[in-house]
Amino acid sequence: MNRHAGGTKRVEEVSFAGEVADDMKPAQFDYIAPTTIDEVAAALAAAEGEGKIIAGGQSLMPMINFRLVKPTILIDINRVAGLDRIELHGDRVRIGATVRHHMTAADAIIRQHLPIVHEAMHHVAHMTVRNRGTFCGSVAHADPATEMPMMTRFLGGTVIAYSQRGRREIPAAEFFVGSLVNSLEPDEFVIRVELDAMRPDAGWGFEEFAKRHGDFALACFATTLHCVDGMASDVRVGMMGVGETPLRLEEIEGIIEGTDVSEPVLDMVADRLAGILMPNTDIHASADYRRHLSGVLAKRALRAAWSRAKTKGFKHNE
Amino acid sequence: MSEKTITVSVNGAYMTRTIEARTLLSDFLRQDLCLTGTHIGCEHGVCGACTVILDGRSARSCLTLAVQADGSEIETIEGQGSVDKLGRIQEAFREHHGLQCGFCTPGFIMAITDLLRHHPLETDEEIREALSGNICRCTGYENIVNAVRELAKERGPLE
Ligand SMILES: Cc1cc2nc3c(=O)[nH]c(=O)nc-3n(C[C@H](O)[C@H](O)[C@H](O)COP(=O)(O)OP(=O)(O)OC[C@H]3O[C@@H](n4cnc5c(N)ncnc54)[C@H](O)[C@@H]3O)c2cc1C
Ligand code: FES
Ligand code: FES
Repeated sequence: MNRHAGGTKRVEEVSFAGEVADDMKPAQFDYIAPTTIDEVAAALAAAEGEGKIIAGGQSLMPMINFRLVKPTILIDINRVAGLDRIELHGDRVRIGATVRHHMTAADAIIRQHLPIVHEAMHHVAHMTVRNRGTFCGSVAHADPATEMPMMTRFLGGTVIAYSQRGRREIPAAEFFVGSLVNSLEPDEFVIRVELDAMRPDAGWGFEEFAKRHGDFALACFATTLHCVDGMASDVRVGMMGVGETPLRLEEIEGIIEGTDVSEPVLDMVADRLAGILMPNTDIHASADYRRHLSGVLAKRALRAAWSRAKTKGFKHNE
Repeated sequence: MSEKTITVSVNGAYMTRTIEARTLLSDFLRQDLCLTGTHIGCEHGVCGACTVILDGRSARSCLTLAVQADGSEIETIEGQGSVDKLGRIQEAFREHHGLQCGFCTPGFIMAITDLLRHHPLETDEEIREALSGNICRCTGYENIVNAVRELAKERGPLE
């Protein structure tokens, strides 16, 4: 049916062989905009698994418009006070559930303590989407080709969930279960995400390849490391776009740890990546292309990280 | 059916309406308020045709529920100027041939309103990146970039 048909004020639901025609308009739902986390938790519990949290709406609304999801009630967390903050607590950075992408991109704490996140934010979507989308919403959405789940996974992230049963801390490794699947219980929602702050002497590299700026990544490689006595130490490696979840690659970290990050080491990293990654083939790129791309991005990111780390590194007996 | 009564300010005028919770802000503007200058292209956040300003920042009106805008200030293309007296961004588009069919134009003009308020726009690269969330099938973008470059120069550095 044509939704522009003259005079029709609202889209009606038309039956096609017993199915409701998707007319790019949302199905019916109720809506509530609580102002405290306890009211959110109560509404989620009352919805008995049929409710959906809406934060920025930049991933949820497209699915609702196409009727890929049909919640009975939308619980809007945008009016909950106190969730819009980025704070440094000891060596952890806390990002609240209504912190939007444009806030993360401009934040002074992120710039100083998580420069790799600052860099990554510039690859996220476009200005207008960044004005609304939230860090925690992106993490909850768990798209394996997006920046914030990847940062959460490889920077020792923890997701802080809340429900009427109380607070639960979920390590990122347990939070990301599959593509678009997280380990929240139906009555839980995310109040914040916590990441390890980077040490002042950390070097970092972030390399992403997307077909157009702001598109979802075909592959992305991120790393932080330190230079101690001329050798790489405390190496972390994350990847996205090449698996069902964002990845932390401990095996690759092991290859780099204790080396001088020379070209032969980078070749070993690229070889090993080609062996362990199992990316998908889709309309955007083949699995082989993604595997090749991963090696190229890994080398670039590691070179950048190592050159940053060397300028800040220290020697024990000098 | 879940109905809500909302009050919004649109281009400075307060409007109160009762709507279904599922009403998109784009449909609310076009159907309930008869402000059809806001265009709808894709309805999933990709094309940017539906861009409006919501509480000072650009937003996809197809990804926002009207009920979420309760108590908010909205700016739409209708607030930019009229046929007799074009707004400054509209004028720059006319001078630089920044449109052909005009379908994408309201979205571009609202996005550029946000850009001129909040973004330095010092280099062409930055201008192109900043416009990347809006799709135009006609112009090839060059003339839109030219218009924005001139507007940014006219505005000068931010703050
Ligand atoms: C054109 C376009 C391009 C994009 N490009 C990119 C890109 O390049 N990189 C990128 O990372 N993202 C991209 N995005 C997605 C964008 O970053 C989204 O903002 C983000 O994925 C979801 O955040 P949100 O706040 O909008 O969440 P919503 O859309 O509100 O919610 C998404 C999902 O998470 C759930 N949810 C949200 N918040 C919570 C919470 N606090 N607790 C529990 N569940 C919650 C919702 O119920 C829903 O299932 C793009 C989006 C668009 C429209
Ligand atoms: S109609 Fe909203 S982005 Fe295309
Ligand atoms: S002028 Fe026709 S789509 Fe932009």
